[in-house]
Amino acid sequence: MMELNTQKMEDFKGRHKYFVVFVGLAFFLIFIRLWSLHVIKGSELRHLSENNRIRLLENLADRGMLLDRRGRVLAHNRPSFEVYLVPEDAKANPEVLAKIAEMLNMTQDEIEEKIEAQKGRAPFRPVKIKSDIDWNELAVLESNRVNLPGLLVDVRPRRAYDYGDLACHLIGYLGEADENELRQSKGPPYRMGALIGKYGVEYRWEDDLRGVDGGQQIEVDALGREVRPLGVVEPFPGNNLSLTIDLELQKTAEEAYQDKNGALIAMDPKTGRILAMVSKPSFEPFARNISTEEWKALVENPYHPLTNKGIQGQYPAGSVFKIVTAIAGLESGVINPNTPFPCAGTFHYGNRDFRCWKQGGHGTLSLHRAIVESCDVYFYQLGLKVGVDLIAHYAKEFGLGKATGILLPHEKPGTVPSSSWKKKRLGVPWYSGETLSFSVGQGYLSTTPLQLLMLISGVANEGKLLLPQVVEKVEDIYGNVLKEYPPQEIGRANVSQKTLQIVQEALKGAVNDPHGTGSACSLKEIKVAGKTGTAQVVALPEDFKRGDMNRIPAKFRDHAWFVAYAPFEDPKIAVVVLVEHGGFGASAAAPIAKKVIEQYLGVNPSPPQKTAGEENDSDDAD
Amino acid sequence: MQIDRRLFTHFDWTLLGIVLLIASIGILNLYSAAAKIETVGAPLYLKQIFWLVIGLAAMVTIAFVEYRFYSDFAYIVYTIALVLLLLVLAYGMITSGAQRWVKIGPLSFQPSEFVKISFILALAKFFHRPADRKGYSLKQLPLPFLLLLLPMALILKQPDLGTAIVLLLVFFSVLIFVKIRWSSLLAIGMTGGAAVPVLWNFLKGYQKKRIITFFNPDLDPLGAGYHLMQSKIAVGSGGILGKGFMKGTQSKLGFLPEQQTDFIFSALGEEWGLIGSLFVIGLYVALILWGLRIAVQAKDRFSAILAFGVVAMLFWHVFINVGMVLGMMPVVGIPLPLLSYGGSFIVSTLIGAGLLLNVSMRRYLF
Repeated sequence: MMELNTQKMEDFKGRHKYFVVFVGLAFFLIFIRLWSLHVIKGSELRHLSENNRIRLLENLADRGMLLDRRGRVLAHNRPSFEVYLVPEDAKANPEVLAKIAEMLNMTQDEIEEKIEAQKGRAPFRPVKIKSDIDWNELAVLESNRVNLPGLLVDVRPRRAYDYGDLACHLIGYLGEADENELRQSKGPPYRMGALIGKYGVEYRWEDDLRGVDGGQQIEVDALGREVRPLGVVEPFPGNNLSLTIDLELQKTAEEAYQDKNGALIAMDPKTGRILAMVSKPSFEPFARNISTEEWKALVENPYHPLTNKGIQGQYPAGSVFKIVTAIAGLESGVINPNTPFPCAGTFHYGNRDFRCWKQGGHGTLSLHRAIVESCDVYFYQLGLKVGVDLIAHYAKEFGLGKATGILLPHEKPGTVPSSSWKKKRLGVPWYSGETLSFSVGQGYLSTTPLQLLMLISGVANEGKLLLPQVVEKVEDIYGNVLKEYPPQEIGRANVSQKTLQIVQEALKGAVNDPHGTGSACSLKEIKVAGKTGTAQVVALPEDFKRGDMNRIPAKFRDHAWFVAYAPFEDPKIAVVVLVEHGGFGASAAAPIAKKVIEQYLGVNPSPPQKTAGEENDSDDAD
Repeated sequence: MQIDRRLFTHFDWTLLGIVLLIASIGILNLYSAAAKIETVGAPLYLKQIFWLVIGLAAMVTIAFVEYRFYSDFAYIVYTIALVLLLLVLAYGMITSGAQRWVKIGPLSFQPSEFVKISFILALAKFFHRPADRKGYSLKQLPLPFLLLLLPMALILKQPDLGTAIVLLLVFFSVLIFVKIRWSSLLAIGMTGGAAVPVLWNFLKGYQKKRIITFFNPDLDPLGAGYHLMQSKIAVGSGGILGKGFMKGTQSKLGFLPEQQTDFIFSALGEEWGLIGSLFVIGLYVALILWGLRIAVQAKDRFSAILAFGVVAMLFWHVFINVGMVLGMMPVVGIPLPLLSYGGSFIVSTLIGAGLLLNVSMRRYLF
């Protein structure tokens, strides 16, 4: 052990008296304060403590409203009447409980249970016995108020979604803030039990929507009745959000789904504004802590009602992806619009047969007809010539394989495979046979519906990619614009205008030509361009016949895709439709897209046009 | 290790007596103040007794180990405490909610409490070499500042403003004790003062608001203002003689915030009145003055600074806590030694007392 230093110890001794004086002074201050509280203000404060009826009441702020693009209210706050009882007052008169129970359609036991549960509360503190009572109950209570001592009715704002499950995935839901959220809040702290946005726009714009809660200290008399407020902080309502969606269009889109599941997104390709966003099945939006059973039912539902499939669902793109393969072929110079490939219904590669959806084959065809009729064999051959990495390159040019950056939670990036991706991910080299599936949108490829919407919008919009946006602006309650979300270009696919024109013409043909696979979406007045697709859920046996689709269990049936934009000459709307387990893109998805386009462009709905005798042709298999 | 017989003859019974007296009052007071608080397992006062016994055992052990041993290991102990703080931050991020605590088996403790002691050890170690005649100058102080800022930053991150403030105040108290040049002290003070408006501009609006209400709780009638008002009502309503044991309405009816920890003194004032408040304050004054005497009578620099650091820690805890409860100071979460509920805190306080005993009984040795 080292020797201890004893130099300059006298310094310490010299300071002793100063420290003693300092400590003395400090405690003298405390002594004065103690004297003033205990002795001088003693009796006054004792009086206050004996009559301590100062309570804290919170005044909740109104949450900001959600409006559609034309200012129609999608979410607002309605007054909710909460009934409280001060048990001490009610006890004096036992009939009161029975009366209240009758008026609220409850049993007396239920009320007593609620009081019992709050046993540890301070005396005269009200107990909530029923929340959100209806108008009839309120009227009865109010008219009998004088006979019901101890009864209190409090008004609080409660989130209301007037259109039920309309656009529920976009709007989101509220729930009680958990411990993490209480701690991490950036703005003023949340109180325990505060309802905060948990999903969708309600979640993403929480800081704008929440407003500032107020509250007051109130003095109450011996019976718990309010005497006077002492300190009041007024609540300040949250800001209103103008969404980009259109109420009517959203309704049309949701109705078009009937009982089918899937996702639909419609967007203005030139601004990136989302016009409708549907995910099915939907849920009833809620603004409360839902019970464990309800939550379990939602989460365990095999059709995933809580998932916004438009941005969270990842599916093979199916034939929609042929757009990318075609662009890769044209841009790389591997083909020109006239390069022919033969289709005999199957394509033999390696030791296996790759089938075209059309059993007899398409004969020899070039690019235009190959897209119009969605010939698989053509694209197998094209894909092989172009190669996996070049196709992947053009897929990425249009934003596939990464999240678009839409301001909604949980967006998924999808996957665009390439030879290096496979080597890194799976440790084995790419097999050229896999290029065949890839060039028709199967295999490792997975995309979200939003990404395919970006693809079709990019094609429609000369390669320009705009950030998909769901909120146009944020305004405070006085109408001052606080934030605006102008269109934002996030990229430009490096593809020549010539190539895009060729593809656009082919997509127009797919809807309007006699043998086009997307004819179920053709309109008389307006030219629509589009592409069907079918995404395999499970590999079907090689001898599988098209007609067998209805015989396999629904959950193994293919997903149906349709992407489209219109009008062809000057695109105003782009749509992606996914029908889960819908079978073929043409029959299941295209009619839904048609209804949405008709509604948005103000075209009179027309009966589905049937191309006589060629029903099979208008379907698309892979 | 062989224990010198003289240790027993010089054992500081006065110090031990004061500590035990305050601790007993603490248990009694907690029994009443926390009577209505529902807990998991044993009632709070029993848990506090459990921690008190552990603390007393630690105190006695620490008192009988020669302090030269502490001098040798001061920086190592300091480093371990820092690592524990880091652990708590990392661990806390995963479990969320309780970033101040480390759990070992069924027991959990707050490393920041032990950082206070290890920080004092490290300071004593550093300053045991005297400065020149004029005192320490800024040039000699980068290491002590580092010793201060590392744990302070980690503790602020938790966030635990109270403990960080105690570290800062203990640091400056020790600087004055070991004789820092007045010019250097002035320079530090002016730099600190000049930095405030600059830092202020970096803060966002709501952060500024938080700080303003922090200094003026009346601006927040629903939060700090309400608590403070109830605390003052509690103390004052005790009058001269108090309402009597177990008869405090403010604490029993749940009007007091944190009545078992930071606001325990208001429960005392309510039930025991001016007489009780003054008696307990008197005991603290006695403890602090006695501790100061131990510091200046110590045989060497290390033990003197060590004892002084412990006294400074006790003083600032008592002064700020009581000042806060009585509404003389902003509400900072600082507990009251030996009265507030809290296992780690009572153990660390008693470790401090053990160090004081240690120095006190060895002043005639070597």
